Amino acid sequence: MEVKKHYWNQYQKEIADDDYFYERSCIRQTFFPGSETTFLRIMKEELGKNIMDDPNLHTCTGIGYHSDVVAFDTTQTVCARIFSLMTDSGLKNYVPSCVTSFGLFTELIETWKHFPEELEKTRENLRKATGREFELPTNIAHPSDVIFKFRKELKEKMKYQLVNKHTGKPLKVVEHIGCHYGKVFSQHSIGGAEFPHVLAGMIEEWGGEVVDYPERRHCCGFGFRQYLVMANRGYSVANTKKKFESMKPYKPDFIVANCPGCTMFMDKWQYTIAEMEGITYDEFGKGIPVLSYEEMAGMLLGYNPWDIGMQTHQVQVESLLDKIGVEYDPKDKYIGKSGNYIGEPEKPENLKV
Amino acid sequence: MEKERILIIGGGPAGLEAAYNLAENNYAVTIFEKDTEIGGNIKKWVKLFPDFGDAAEVRKNFKDKVTRQDIDIKTDISINELYSENGKWFAKNSSGNVYEGNAALLATGFETFNASRKEELGYGIYNNVITSVEFEQMYKTGKIITAEGKTPERIAFLNCVGSRDEKVGNHYCSRICCINAVKQAIEFKELVPDAEAYCFYMDMRMAGQFYEELYRKSQEKFGVTYIRGRISEAAGTIDNRIQIKSEDTLTGLPLKMTVDLLVLMVGIESSDSTTALAKQNEINGEYGFAKSVGLHGSDNLTKKEGLFLAGSCKRPLTLPETIADGRAAAIQIIEFLKLKVKN
Amino acid sequence: MKNWGYKISKPRGIDLDTANIKEFDKLAEKVPSAKRCLMCGACSATCSATNHTDFNFRKCHLMFRRGQFENISEELDKCMLCGKCKLVCPRGVNTRAIIYNMRIFLNNMDYKNI
Repeated sequence: MEVKKHYWNQYQKEIADDDYFYERSCIRQTFFPGSETTFLRIMKEELGKNIMDDPNLHTCTGIGYHSDVVAFDTTQTVCARIFSLMTDSGLKNYVPSCVTSFGLFTELIETWKHFPEELEKTRENLRKATGREFELPTNIAHPSDVIFKFRKELKEKMKYQLVNKHTGKPLKVVEHIGCHYGKVFSQHSIGGAEFPHVLAGMIEEWGGEVVDYPERRHCCGFGFRQYLVMANRGYSVANTKKKFESMKPYKPDFIVANCPGCTMFMDKWQYTIAEMEGITYDEFGKGIPVLSYEEMAGMLLGYNPWDIGMQTHQVQVESLLDKIGVEYDPKDKYIGKSGNYIGEPEKPENLKV
Repeated sequence: MEKERILIIGGGPAGLEAAYNLAENNYAVTIFEKDTEIGGNIKKWVKLFPDFGDAAEVRKNFKDKVTRQDIDIKTDISINELYSENGKWFAKNSSGNVYEGNAALLATGFETFNASRKEELGYGIYNNVITSVEFEQMYKTGKIITAEGKTPERIAFLNCVGSRDEKVGNHYCSRICCINAVKQAIEFKELVPDAEAYCFYMDMRMAGQFYEELYRKSQEKFGVTYIRGRISEAAGTIDNRIQIKSEDTLTGLPLKMTVDLLVLMVGIESSDSTTALAKQNEINGEYGFAKSVGLHGSDNLTKKEGLFLAGSCKRPLTLPETIADGRAAAIQIIEFLKLKVKN
Repeated sequence: MKNWGYKISKPRGIDLDTANIKEFDKLAEKVPSAKRCLMCGACSATCSATNHTDFNFRKCHLMFRRGQFENISEELDKCMLCGKCKLVCPRGVNTRAIIYNMRIFLNNMDYKNI
C-alpha cells in the first residue's frame, strides 16, 4: 500500500556513539542463542566499538515483575545492582538486550525523575543488601536502536541484501517491535508505536520492503503471566494467531522481531497452531521464518547461519536463505562450535521442515 | 467630519457581519483578510447544517452586503501585529505597512484540527482516510469516491478527532462535528443509497435547533448506523481499504470492520492569527483562543480598551452563532466609540 | 491434532465484515420504528423481567442489529410481553413488535451456523 508520509521522523532519540555497557536477556540465550554474540561481534568487529559484556550480570526481574510475583521495591533494587555494575565499569551508556528490560529501565529512570524519594529508598536498599553504590546511565538505548543508528555503515559491509535473488524483487518483511519497546514510552522509541521505524529502517536500508498489515501494532500475546499460566495460554496464542491471519495475504518472506518474547512466540506458536489446528500461514505448510534483528544483520553480513544460531529456530530458515542466496552447508547444521554433533530435533507432525 | 474607522482582522462571517453593521451605522471599516477571497471557513463548505442551506449563497449574500464604499476590503494581507498607542489602534502586516483605526475587532476565526496528529488514525498515511473538510471538497465535485476512484460500499465517520482528547491537549467539545457527521452521512447516503454508513461517537451532541430531528431522520430515512465507541486504530488493508477497531460500548464488545473510506470529523482549534494576536495583547485564553471579559454580557469586550472579539476566535461556534456574535460586536464597538466622543 | 491442555481462544468481538447485519434490515421492514432506537435503555429500566433476571431487551435488540444471534432466543423467553417498554420509549419504537419479530426471524434462521 502506498504510504504518503513518513511520520516516524517525529520520533527520534539520542543514541550513544560508543562505549556501551551491555546487559544480556534472560531468555534469549536459550531461544535464540546466537543473537547476543552476533550483536557483540557486529559491534566489535564490524563497527569497532567498545562494548562491555559483564559476566556478573543477572536478571532485571522483568518477567517476575510483569507476572506480578516480584514487588516493585525488589525490582528497583535488583535493577540498581545492575547499574552499580555499570558504575564499576566506568561506562554510562546502557544497552539492555531485552525489550522488556529496556521498557523497565526506562520506567525506573522516569519514576526516579518524578519520585526522587523512590530513588533514595532504592539507594538505601541496595546499600543495606550489598554495600554497593550506583550512578544512573546517561543514555539508554536498545541494541536495535544502536544497529538502526549504524544501519548505513553496516550496509557497506554486507554481503547480501534483502532481495529475492530469483526475481530481483525486495523481500517482504513483517516487523514487530514489541509492546515494551514503543508503547510504554513512545518518545523513547524510533518512530513511535503506531508507525515504528527501528526495524523498518533496517529492512528498508538493507533492500527489503516492510509489510504494513492491519494487525501490525497488535501485541504478540506473550503477556508474561498470560502465557505462563496454562489456563490463560489459549488467549495468549490467539493474539499471535490474529497477527498471522492478518499478515498472511501479504505473503511475507520472513518476520523480524525486536523482543525476546515476541521472537520466541511468533516462531514457536506457528508450530503450536499447526499441531493443534493444522493451520500454517505460508504457501508450503512450512511456516514463516522468524529472525531476531541481530540474526538478520549477521545473515546479511555473511556470517555462517549455523554460527548465529539459526538452526535452533522452530520454523526452518533454509527457504529464506535460499531466496537470498546465502551460502551455507546443510551438513554443518547440527555441528556445534566444538565440532561435535549437537543433536537434531524431532520432526513435527504438521509443520513441515 | 471624517468617519471613525474600525480595523477588522479576519474576513469570515463574524468580521463581515460586524463590518456591515458598522458601515450601516455610519462608520468606516477596513477588513484584513489573509486569503485571496473573503468568506473564511464557509469557503470550505458546500451545504450547511442543519437545513442543507447553500454555503455559496451565504457567501454571496455576505459579499453583496459588504461591497460598498465605506468598507475597505484588503485581501491577501496577514496582520502580524496589533497594538494601541494614544487611544488609537494599529495593525501591521508582514511587509511593514501600518493601518490606523479608532477601534479593532479580532475576528480571526478557527482552523480545523490537523488530523495527522492522531497517528493511530492513519491520516496522511493511508489515502482512504480523509477529513470532514476533504469530504466537503469531494462533495463539491458531485461524487464521493475512494482514492482508487471506486464508489464506497461502506463509509465510516469518526467524531471527536482533535476534540475531547487530552492526548492532543484539547479537552473541549468542538460542537459542530456531531451534526456535521449527521449531515455528511445523509449526503453520502443520498449519493450512494445502497452503501452502508456508520458513525462512531462518544456522545451525540445534538444541541441545536433541528439537530436532533436530523439525527433521527438520518437513522429512520437513511439507515445510518450509529456506534457508540471511539475508533482507536485505523490500518490499511492489502486492497487499500481501512480496517478500524473500536468498542461497541453498548454491547460491551470490541468491534472490528473494514471500510472503503474513513472520514475524520476534525475539530476546531484556534487559528494561528488568533493565538498570536491574542497573545500580543495579553488576552490569550485557554487552548490558544482569545479571551473575552465575561461570557454573560461582555463577551465581545476584552480587557484592552478598544479591542473587541467576534466569532470563533473565542471558542468553537456554529455559523448562526458566529453571525449573531459579529452583529453583537458591532453594537459594542458603536457604544464604545459613542461614549468616547461624549467624554 | 495435539492437545496440550488448552484451546486457542476464538475471537470474542464483533466482526462487521462477517456478521449478518442484513437480518436487521429485514426486521426493520416489518418494524420501521426499530431504526429510530437510540439505545437509551428506558425499555430495560422499566422491564419487569430485567429487574429479576439478566434479560436486557435493549441489548438483545442491539445484538440482533450487529448480527450476534447466539443467545437472543433464550433471552427473549424471559420477556413477559407486558408492553411497559413501549410506553416509555422516547422515540416511539414499537419494542413489543421487535420482540415478536425477532422470535420469528430467529426461529427461521440457522444462525448457529452463521
